[in-house]
Amino acid sequence: MLPYIVRRLLIAIPVLIGITILNFCIVNLAPGNPVDMFIDPNTPQQLVEAKKEMLGLNDPLIIQYFKWLWQLLQGGFGYSFSSFAPVTHIIGERIGPTLMLTSISLTLGLLIAIPIGILSAVKQNTRFDYIITGLSFIWTSMPQFFLGLGLIYLFALHFKILPTGGMLTIGGDDNFADRIKHLILPVSVLTIAIIGKKIRYVRASMLDVLKQDYLRTARAKGLHAFIVTNKHALRNALIPIITVFGMEIPLLLGGSIIIEQIFQWPGIGQLTMQSILSRDYPTLMGLNFIAAIIVLATNLFMDILYFVADPRVKYN
Amino acid sequence: MQTVFRADQGDVTAVDEVSFQIKLGETIGIVGESGCGKSVTSLSIMRLLGKEGRIQQGEIWFNGANLTELSEADLRKLRGKEIAMIFQEPMTSLNPVFTIGNQLIETIRLHMKLNRKESKAYAIQMLTKVGISRPEAILKEYPHTLSGGMRQRVMIAIALACKPKLLIADEPTTALDVTVQAQILRLMKQLREESGAAIMLITHDLGIVAEMADKVIVMYAGQIVEEADVFSIFEKPLHPYTQGLLQSIPGTENNDNNRLFGIPGSVPSIQRMPQGCRFHSRCEYATEKCIHEQPTLKTIKPNHQVKCWLY
Amino acid sequence: MIEAKESPSQTPLIQIEGLKTYYPIKKGIFSRTVGHVKAVDDISLNIYEGETLGLIGESGCGKSTIGRSIVRLENPSNGKIFFQNEDITQYSNQQLKPIRKNIQIIFQDPYSSLNPRKKINDILSEPLIVHKLVKPHEVQQNVDQLLDAVGLPRSYKNRYPHEFSGGQRQRIGIARAISLKPKFIVCDEPVSALDVSIQAQILNLLKDLQQELNLTYLFIAHGVGAVKYISTRVAVMYLGKIVELADKADLFNHPKHPYTQILLNSSPLPDPKLRNKERLIIQGEVPSSANPPMGCRFHTRCPYVQDKCKNEEPLLTGFLHTVACHYPLG
Repeated sequence: MLPYIVRRLLIAIPVLIGITILNFCIVNLAPGNPVDMFIDPNTPQQLVEAKKEMLGLNDPLIIQYFKWLWQLLQGGFGYSFSSFAPVTHIIGERIGPTLMLTSISLTLGLLIAIPIGILSAVKQNTRFDYIITGLSFIWTSMPQFFLGLGLIYLFALHFKILPTGGMLTIGGDDNFADRIKHLILPVSVLTIAIIGKKIRYVRASMLDVLKQDYLRTARAKGLHAFIVTNKHALRNALIPIITVFGMEIPLLLGGSIIIEQIFQWPGIGQLTMQSILSRDYPTLMGLNFIAAIIVLATNLFMDILYFVADPRVKYN
Repeated sequence: MQTVFRADQGDVTAVDEVSFQIKLGETIGIVGESGCGKSVTSLSIMRLLGKEGRIQQGEIWFNGANLTELSEADLRKLRGKEIAMIFQEPMTSLNPVFTIGNQLIETIRLHMKLNRKESKAYAIQMLTKVGISRPEAILKEYPHTLSGGMRQRVMIAIALACKPKLLIADEPTTALDVTVQAQILRLMKQLREESGAAIMLITHDLGIVAEMADKVIVMYAGQIVEEADVFSIFEKPLHPYTQGLLQSIPGTENNDNNRLFGIPGSVPSIQRMPQGCRFHSRCEYATEKCIHEQPTLKTIKPNHQVKCWLY
Repeated sequence: MIEAKESPSQTPLIQIEGLKTYYPIKKGIFSRTVGHVKAVDDISLNIYEGETLGLIGESGCGKSTIGRSIVRLENPSNGKIFFQNEDITQYSNQQLKPIRKNIQIIFQDPYSSLNPRKKINDILSEPLIVHKLVKPHEVQQNVDQLLDAVGLPRSYKNRYPHEFSGGQRQRIGIARAISLKPKFIVCDEPVSALDVSIQAQILNLLKDLQQELNLTYLFIAHGVGAVKYISTRVAVMYLGKIVELADKADLFNHPKHPYTQILLNSSPLPDPKLRNKERLIIQGEVPSSANPPMGCRFHTRCPYVQDKCKNEEPLLTGFLHTVACHYPLG
């Protein structure tokens, strides 16, 4: 096991270097230029050039890349072009809210999708199964922004029981109940999107396992159907589910861009959007780099979980 | 003990008008090709037909209890304790994510009043009995680390742990190599003598039947076509299907260099059962009567019944 | 006739010399090769024109690997394979094309070897077109003839593989194999998955086709019965090695290797009067081919084992009846 992890980490090094190059090229080759974005159009050309020189934008790309890489090796992403604060600091401020939003949604999603998926599989081709399959189909196909706006209209504008967005009431006292109130709508949207997809995975995976010979063996031993389902079948069905939920973690960070926009959630997604619009290259590259690390880390983590969950998996 | 079985399932009939009995200590061999209803018969006894299957007609009596009418809870007390089962595929019939110990001890603790320590000791005893040399180590192993033969030994240990009165073995050696098959058959013979259980042995291999069974039931297309003691079946098979099966075994003395006798055609599918005798389309003796009327199981002499218009 | 075919003076159709097929076992951070699974370990074999060479052994003994190596579904690690005195071991795919026409294979599982999305007609006509064996307007006629040859109605050619039973699929597999008029067919457990009555039909068909088309077979099986029925000579394999090779009658009546003797007596005979006959049963199971035993590979399970067997590997010796055993039976 340990050699396997070490090998995976070693492989991750060239992958990460590749990512930095791609990341740097894509961001810097995009049309537009940060100086044009935040400088008054009436500014004299010399001033613009001086500003560009100061930000290092006139250097050849390759030099810019190595400068950036050097900063990265020292543990920094440079300074934001728009606020001039260190990028690490900006991201650090925003990552907390995003993690809160996504981890709550993912946990809720797991807790809801797994039991419902199992039940749906066990009661295959019954009315319950049809309803669940139908609902999950609707939930999957509904765009998040549409659901988000719909919920805002319904609960915030029409019934006026929940806030339209933000993390806390501005000017209000920062208490637990207030935070929960702000969480309900964005969490609901994300959770519904997750369970819509995952119920179908859990159901399919469970149906697959329910056909297996060893479940017949378990029944033939005289075990209760409940134990057969929730011990013998579930342990096996969970193995493919691990991967599917694992893949959701990086997607959630990306997917929350839309949700954070709609609910004005001060997280990574909103920051990404802002830095794209203001051509804030250092912040954007920092965000991309962190996303890459998260993807690599979740992949490794999932493989380790796989190893723990399935005794047949052996890494050589 | 009397097991009378009459089943007729739902919309497609997999097994039809099947009746037989097994006495304690007796081994009954059920022979037939794939799709003839052997496995459905055994799963009906266990009432493990799944959601789609059900027993439409008939009764199964086990030790004075009608299995067709027992509640699920009462059935659970029988399964694994009074009636145990070994399946064809030792590779897939053990749960891959639990250790051998876990799966063996689970049965023991379910049906016997033993504590954790006692059941572990008993599990080791069972594994030794089925000829596993390092029982303590094997308890901690996962199924995929064992060979097919070893897994089938483990399955036998699980099946026999609670001293069942009836053991249903569904093609127990089909997936194994011949030398390992020989080992497993010998083990089953030994354990049969020790336990005195009745065995229902389902197989397509007539060699295994000749080796193990006291009584033989030949099934074709969901029905019993011939039933007799093992010596009569091999000496003087009556049904043309039984005769054909025996003649199509390659490598026996009678057909060494000549052509093999192959029964033409294949087993009809359960959705499209022919009228009349179900074997008529493949039978060389078929007459007009066979095409239209279904024969009944007739007793030709004591302990020998056949379902054929020839007799 | 058979004697003539077996006389060593005749040139064999297929000649295998010192064939080795190893699979590396990788371990550690840098996937170093720490050993090899020796699936086939130094095998030499001649297959003469018109004969059926039976190859028996238990699962994992390497018998299928030999068959797959001949049709080059597997690349041998070492050794040579000759087809009509032509060394084809190092041939590229391009060079192999004319050879492939002459060497065909029939698989155990006919279903997974037929493309489920193609009609039988397409499956059977494709090789004819690829190898430009017949003129385009004659393809249909050829497909009909192939179906006739394997005993399937011509109307079946518009069906898909899933519409057939196991026996019928195997007939299609055979039709595909003979479509290019090959000289040699590897039959890799062609009847193991079939019911007894269907097995007999297929075995008869293979025998008939052999006579009609003058085919040479390598018939691989784990069941003794089918091999005994169809073969002219039989080779017995154990752990990647041939332990005995002889004329069928000779091998079945006077096996010289203890393993052959046990293997032949392992399957129960369909005669209840023989049930109480004491049989030799070997203990244990086949050892791993990654780490085969020293000396004679069978010594760990052999009832007649002597000290010499544990240290010294026996060579395959003999003229017409070859055996690899230090102490061959009577």
